[in-house]
Amino acid sequence: MYQPDEIDWQLIEYIQDGLELVGRPYASLATQLCLSEVELVARIENLQCTGIIKRFGIVIHHRRLGYKANGMVVWDIPDQQLIDVGKHFTQFKYVTLCYQRPRHLPQWSYNLFTMIHGLDREQVITNVETLNETCGRFPHEILFSQQCFKQCGAHYVYQKRTEA
Amino acid sequence: MDDNDRALINYLQGGFPLCERPYQVVAERLGLNETEVIERLQNLLEQKILTRFGPMYHAEKLGGGLTLAALKVSFDRFDEITTIVNAFPEVAHNYQREHEFNMWFVLATETQQRITEVIAEIEQQTGLKVYNMPKKREYFIGLQWEA
Repeated sequence: MYQPDEIDWQLIEYIQDGLELVGRPYASLATQLCLSEVELVARIENLQCTGIIKRFGIVIHHRRLGYKANGMVVWDIPDQQLIDVGKHFTQFKYVTLCYQRPRHLPQWSYNLFTMIHGLDREQVITNVETLNETCGRFPHEILFSQQCFKQCGAHYVYQKRTEA
Repeated sequence: MDDNDRALINYLQGGFPLCERPYQVVAERLGLNETEVIERLQNLLEQKILTRFGPMYHAEKLGGGLTLAALKVSFDRFDEITTIVNAFPEVAHNYQREHEFNMWFVLATETQQRITEVIAEIEQQTGLKVYNMPKKREYFIGLQWEA
């Protein structure tokens, strides 16, 4: 596994809150890190290839796009069918996340988690019904959110990392 | 938000160019000009339609820990438990959901080890069992939000 070096860590910290909205954002960042623009772009490319940067782009506040209802839908899928069903779900545009997670038997039997958004609850329920029919019907539940108490992303601090 | 904003949001979910003038490249693909792309992004950020424009990191590959955990909280203790859980700086999101498992939170920690510690501390302070549900596999989704 690729281990980021000290310059990578600086870069990770500098860009975490976003890229500058200027004509040459990488040149501007390179100057701050005492690198050339070419070297900086190569480093970002490397962080993407090694999977440290999963995605480079935008983070959307989905409620402002009109997706007001959010349901975490959990499924109990037989282990041998899990990969097929998981891949099947990703084709639907209202599925915004799809993860396999561990069961905790007997209290929790669900192993596939999907986030389904819609303009309202009715639409979420309809979407889930479509998913269920097309995947062959499996036990599932919709956990609607009632309240969000806290939302802030993870934050990376370069200084603390240099000890490791 | 007009059609050009929507096109921009949909396009940028597929990634962002790594080159000298990335906004120019985006502009060309969408039939806009560079200044317009920058201004539209600025505006979408100000309106908080976009919360961020930058990288999403893979926490585990940075040595950190990331997990989803759930609690079954009785109605009369809900506020008390919320206060305890949210006091941990490692709790990144916390949602109340309609289910017997009614509190769902994401832990993001600097080390993998810290996940185990935080869970133990929450169990100790609340007297409740924390159901740890780390991601085992992710099924990739391209365009997450159609604007």
